[in-house]
Amino acid sequence: MELAQQLVNGLTLGSLYALIAVGYTVVYGIIQLINFAHGEIFMVGAFGALSTALLFFRSYVDEGQVLPFWALPVLILGAVAASVAIAVLMERIAYRPLRNAPRLAPLITAIGISVFLQEAVRLLYGKIPGFPDAKQKVPFPKIAVVSGDAWTPFGLTIQRSTIFTVGALVICAAGLFYFVSRTKTGRAMQAVSQDPDTARLMGINVDRIIVVAFVIGATLAAIAGIAQGLQVTNVNFKMGFLAGLKAFTAAVLGGIGNVWGAVLGGLTLGIVEALAIGFIPGTFGGSSWKDVWAFAILILVLVFRPQGLLGAKVVDRA
Amino acid sequence: MPQRSVVAVGASLLVASLALTGCGTRGGDDGGDTGGGSGDSKVAKIGVIAPLSGDLAALGKGIEHSVDLAIKQANESNAIPGWKLELAAEDDQATPDVGKNAATKLASDKEVVGVVGTLNSSVAQSVQPVLAAANITQVSPANTNPSLTQGADFATAPKRAYPTYFRTCTTDSIQGPFAARYLFEKAGIKEVATVHDKKTYGQGLVDAFTKEYTKLGGKVVSAQTINPDDDKYDAVISKIKPSNPKAVYYGGEFPQAGPFSQQMKAAGLNVPLMGGDGIFSGEYVKLAGSTATGDLATSVGAPTDQLESAKSFVSAYDAAKYSEPYEAYGAYAYDAANAIINALKTSLKDADSAEAARQATVQAMSSVSFDGVTGKVAFDEYGDTTSRVLTVYQVKDGAWAPVNTEEFK
Repeated sequence: MELAQQLVNGLTLGSLYALIAVGYTVVYGIIQLINFAHGEIFMVGAFGALSTALLFFRSYVDEGQVLPFWALPVLILGAVAASVAIAVLMERIAYRPLRNAPRLAPLITAIGISVFLQEAVRLLYGKIPGFPDAKQKVPFPKIAVVSGDAWTPFGLTIQRSTIFTVGALVICAAGLFYFVSRTKTGRAMQAVSQDPDTARLMGINVDRIIVVAFVIGATLAAIAGIAQGLQVTNVNFKMGFLAGLKAFTAAVLGGIGNVWGAVLGGLTLGIVEALAIGFIPGTFGGSSWKDVWAFAILILVLVFRPQGLLGAKVVDRA
Repeated sequence: MPQRSVVAVGASLLVASLALTGCGTRGGDDGGDTGGGSGDSKVAKIGVIAPLSGDLAALGKGIEHSVDLAIKQANESNAIPGWKLELAAEDDQATPDVGKNAATKLASDKEVVGVVGTLNSSVAQSVQPVLAAANITQVSPANTNPSLTQGADFATAPKRAYPTYFRTCTTDSIQGPFAARYLFEKAGIKEVATVHDKKTYGQGLVDAFTKEYTKLGGKVVSAQTINPDDDKYDAVISKIKPSNPKAVYYGGEFPQAGPFSQQMKAAGLNVPLMGGDGIFSGEYVKLAGSTATGDLATSVGAPTDQLESAKSFVSAYDAAKYSEPYEAYGAYAYDAANAIINALKTSLKDADSAEAARQATVQAMSSVSFDGVTGKVAFDEYGDTTSRVLTVYQVKDGAWAPVNTEEFK
């Protein structure tokens, strides 16, 4: 029974990692950049949803009421808009000028952007009239249907936010599959990933494809931001740091550059963490050691399968 | 042309360095001027080391403002003739390293004679040795870890850790057992789970609680820890749930405890969460949401707004219109600052400079005794407060309400 419960917990956590990990992997697949600011895109998405709730559903938030279900698509739109805007700006201002620079330059830039975005939210969010101070954790609004009492089939506890997170992952993964393999832009993405120079010669606008990669990553990260907000009922400026690190680990675990690898890596990592808390007894168990086990799995996988669980196939050449 | 650009660069460098040194020495210059004007009034500073930014800023700001209030009142009433008191507040970000830097900065300021702080026991551990080496009196309004006053072997062989360290709040070795007795005797709960965040404060509190609770005959059915950087606790909660505790005792602070309570109840573990003074904050109720009703917290002293002696503090604080409320430790910080001011009355009387009075201030602290806003303020041979009053609070209608105030025996 506890095993099943911990699997549910792991699946929830893993789905969240997977949604974020896709962003790392898509961008890496195209331009071989590890976008360390991606965790902050996730955080901005969560704050985008919170801001949307404060702007359009203020009366509900102030009275601590549950937002109606139709607020959910509005919040998702707000979150996606915020994340995508920041991601596109980031690509345009910071990464594009460094396109042909040595690899280390964009990497360090990414870390700089990460710190910049965290501090910007920490210091400036509360300065916007009517918005709460973001130096501390800010409560996230509850939404009908996706927040509320847990379902308890067969003695299991399944949170509604779990259903939302796992459902979002399934829908996003299916959408991504369709996009990458069936649409023209998606196939152009595969082409750029395999050989950008030849792709350009074939008439593909490589800059546009790179922007598309950032947009896809940001969209999924924004949805993950809402999922996190619903699960833990609060958001804070540094939520992207640890989540981003874990999602990056998940992407490497699955095989960076490979979209399905990111999904599998995320789920694996989440389940390993949950099982480590639940079933490893004594000193080395419990939540203190869960990250150790998660990274131990990563090291093992990298020793025996350096290309990651699924290797690098779908949208990749590295 | 090249020459001109060299000049331009040189000039801008010069301006920049002037601006920088200007910033660096401004504080010192001000002090020097007022200090040099002998006869008028010399300056002595009372420092504050508390988290003024970050998760715990709500509590830290309350401390800063309350000390500021005490200093202003002392200056107005000319409590120490010939001396003017000033506030020197430093942010420790609730982090031991940052706290140590803040302490070093205050210790090198010759006008600092006393420091109110810190909030966190873990930060106090790194601040204590720095201030002790400089003979600066430190009074904490909020550190509850027993080892800070009575040494690492506080349970078996108490030994004063630092002669310069005092505190106005009671310790975990009283707070933990107080909570244990309340749960076991008053609330009739015989089975609990414990959770802590592995920080000095949280672990100390849970250890003290567990010892008393099992002694009374209660059973700790599950003992877990969480990672303070985590946001999600459902795996830990799933581990606790099958052991069917009737309450969860939490050692740690509200930024984690609030979401923990919320997630615990969302996961169907509908038992009260009880914690120490670290969760006794309005922010806890906000983070824990509507399901927080029934959650419990112990905090040091009697409720500030109900104490007859605290009324003047509360009204003066409101009148000063600080931007943040005094929170859980405001009254203790106010008493801590007044304890230092009382000691300064004797030590500064014949002193030439603030720095020369540091040693005398430490000595004068042991004889400080007055009626503060939280009750009688006096220190025992370890530097602990002699007051052992604690209160149990419970969340009702979205706010903490006192349920039981008692002296711990």
